[in-house]
Amino acid sequence: MSAENESQYPLGENDRDTIKAKSGRPLSEMTLDYVRTGDARPDDLSAEASTLIVQAEFARQAGYLELAENLARAAEMTRIPNDEILEIYEALRPGRSSYHQLLSLSQKISSVYDAERTGAYIREAAEVYRDTGLLKYNV
Amino acid sequence: MNTARMAGSKRFERLSRREINREVYVNELPELGLIVMNSPGDPRPSLDIRSGRIVEMDRRDMENFDAIDRFIAAHAINIDQAEHSMSLDSIEIARMLVDINVSRQEIMKVFSGLTPAKIAQVMNHLNVVEMMMAMQKMRQRKRPYDQAHVTNWKENPTLLAADAAEAGLRGFAEEETTVRVARMAPFSALALLVGSQSGRPGVMTQISCEEALNLRLAMKGLATYAETLSVYGTIPSFLDGDDTPWSKGILSSAYASRGIKSRFTSGSGSEALMGYGQGKSMLYLEIRCIMMVKGAGSQGVQNGSISCIALPESLPNGVRGVMAENLVAASLGLEVASGNDAMSSHSQMRKTAKLMLQMLPGTDFITSGHSVMPRKDNLFGGGNFDAEDMDDWHVIQRDMQVDGGLKPVREKDVLAVREKGARAIQAVFDYLGFPEIADEEVDAATTAFSSDDMPDRDSVADLAAADAFLESDLTALDVVKALDAKGFKDVAEAVLEMQRQRVLGDYLHTSAVFGDGFNVESALNTPNDYLGPGTGYRVEGKVWKDICNLPQAIDPVKLVCEEASDPNLILRSVGTAAPGECLEVVVALGPAYASVMDGTLAGISHAEALRAILDGIESEGVASRVVKVWHGADLADIGLSGAKLSGSGIGIGLQSKGTALIHRKGLAPLNNLELLGMAPNLTLESYSALGKNAACYAAGRAPSPVPMKIDNMARLRLIVHTTLLHHREVNQIDKNRGVEEMKAIFP
Repeated sequence: MSAENESQYPLGENDRDTIKAKSGRPLSEMTLDYVRTGDARPDDLSAEASTLIVQAEFARQAGYLELAENLARAAEMTRIPNDEILEIYEALRPGRSSYHQLLSLSQKISSVYDAERTGAYIREAAEVYRDTGLLKYNV
Repeated sequence: MNTARMAGSKRFERLSRREINREVYVNELPELGLIVMNSPGDPRPSLDIRSGRIVEMDRRDMENFDAIDRFIAAHAINIDQAEHSMSLDSIEIARMLVDINVSRQEIMKVFSGLTPAKIAQVMNHLNVVEMMMAMQKMRQRKRPYDQAHVTNWKENPTLLAADAAEAGLRGFAEEETTVRVARMAPFSALALLVGSQSGRPGVMTQISCEEALNLRLAMKGLATYAETLSVYGTIPSFLDGDDTPWSKGILSSAYASRGIKSRFTSGSGSEALMGYGQGKSMLYLEIRCIMMVKGAGSQGVQNGSISCIALPESLPNGVRGVMAENLVAASLGLEVASGNDAMSSHSQMRKTAKLMLQMLPGTDFITSGHSVMPRKDNLFGGGNFDAEDMDDWHVIQRDMQVDGGLKPVREKDVLAVREKGARAIQAVFDYLGFPEIADEEVDAATTAFSSDDMPDRDSVADLAAADAFLESDLTALDVVKALDAKGFKDVAEAVLEMQRQRVLGDYLHTSAVFGDGFNVESALNTPNDYLGPGTGYRVEGKVWKDICNLPQAIDPVKLVCEEASDPNLILRSVGTAAPGECLEVVVALGPAYASVMDGTLAGISHAEALRAILDGIESEGVASRVVKVWHGADLADIGLSGAKLSGSGIGIGLQSKGTALIHRKGLAPLNNLELLGMAPNLTLESYSALGKNAACYAAGRAPSPVPMKIDNMARLRLIVHTTLLHHREVNQIDKNRGVEEMKAIFP
């Protein structure tokens, strides 16, 4: 965490030169000239997990604990592809999933994407849905 | 008394037709949730924590928790703080809210340990002024802003881009669009992005559509924030919205993972409207929503009843309850976009009165949508404030020295940015091979009042192209490329910087917006630090100068013409005036009369006005004399000075701005015989009749009323002119000259 502790909010003002995109490309290289070459990819303009972890730490330090937790989940979710994000959302809507479907989704997300927080969140939903009648066939 | 013979009151009949009486008012009906605050069905506060876990909350055991209770208990109450917070009296917490010595951070800490019922109890202690005082302190970001609605009935992308550009220029920090035909969403999001960045780089944009589509558009880089995440305070309502606290929560994280800011939406009355109020007050259910928003880790919420606003407003203390929900959100540390977006009343007075609760203390976004277009083009159901209310907004800001988030603009600047936005989207459409935007569409969009002014487009072709755009790999990067290739380098840079900001994530924080130069302003780096007078956000410096800079405001000196004498009236002094002895009326003029001024406020020349008075006196067979009073400019003084010199004791006083009266020797200065006090309404007939009446008084005959126009607004229009002209009269006072007799010559 040492590098993160040295960061200062806002990163755009204080750490722009050291920030990398999800693709690994330094943000400072994301110039109009570079876009002109046609080589830029969407991952060049997506946040890297470590950046969101730094942002989560800023939120925590400022007392916004729940936002910090959300950003920590978001950091994990940078590793999950768009389509699967939409699938997780769909699975969590009421009456869409069985208890076991949610548990296996939770397990998959935790292990495949190294997303422990997100997995736990889905697992918690599975339990509440089971207890309060929000699973498939209940609603 | 025979009541059957009594006719109805004509005043009541007139009142019944007023706008305010086109609304529906009902008494409370708690069983259906038709109660804004303090329902008999609301639980009393309680909290029981065992082994670090909430086992009872607001008189409900954990076995009986519904999914919302479970979510709140797990995510929205700080267990370490709860015991202390819940031990405080609700009245004590209410007093902390208005105490300038208790900081925003301390309040947030206390609120982090409260249950929904306890928070409702705190709000029940506050009147609206106390809520406003508290909001001034609890708003998270230092400076308030406003959010725009940008839509049009024809869903014309060129008009959308032009309106988006104008919204940027006007100072909106966020712009929201939506669609009539869902398939247009990709083009509408694109037009909003390109237009907004043409108006002011850094304006954040969003499109309100179905959640999954919304997320896809945001992933393409076409939107920078989202506020479609609706939550409800009862489970059946939630299910009708096809979501749960967990599904909404995961969406919030999903948006953040793609570098997109999001806020939730909730508001009083939605549960009752959907049939699931469960006998609870609207505020109590809304507090549950706000706590879910907080628990989900969202940085903020748009609340303030939003589209349900007419429901709480049909009930007692509806506007107060809605203000309470804004305040609860801020006190829980959330960004608040405080409603005022959906049509709330037929009555302009009622709408404005409600607006003041948010505008005067300032919220993060005073409205969660203020139309930059006319009402009929607002696809969010009409909108509460629109393009035609802009100048009212500006003047209210200037009246109160408050920042309502907007700044006055010049027509030429508006036309310039509108054209730029329209040309930029034309270029993008061309480069990306979308259906052509003709030059005539650009011209029409630049000057349009509404979408009626726009030529029709081939909507089948547009929809097909929008579908293809959504399915394609094209992203905001291709938009950057298109803008750059077509010569819109600055807009390309702005759209690109908006994408870079997604890599940085600075704007994911509470209340974040971009000020000029893409400088992020959030609760982290520009926190609201209000602690009473002399602290916090003060409207001063450049902001105040901008607010004062109304295009309508002019240099007061230019309001009246230059000083000039009247060429048609020469007043020649024949020495100090002496008392007369015959049957006469003395006409006493103000010191500036005909010498440095030449006409009255009604635009009557001094020669004509004096002539009419003298003719009027003469028509009654009475003699007249003219004097000029140099020692003062007050009308009573001028008139009484004339009367004292008059052989009949009757004098007429005539100020240079045209105000006139008849006075009699021996009366107290302010006790005149007849006063023509509204100079702008006087005509030559009035002056002539005044002369006749004065002569009648002198001769002992009965006068008849002086004819006058009735225009009650004349004072409003001419009060500055009056001030300036009277100042000229005062400047001519020469105490040493006293009263001089004048020979009036009409060359």
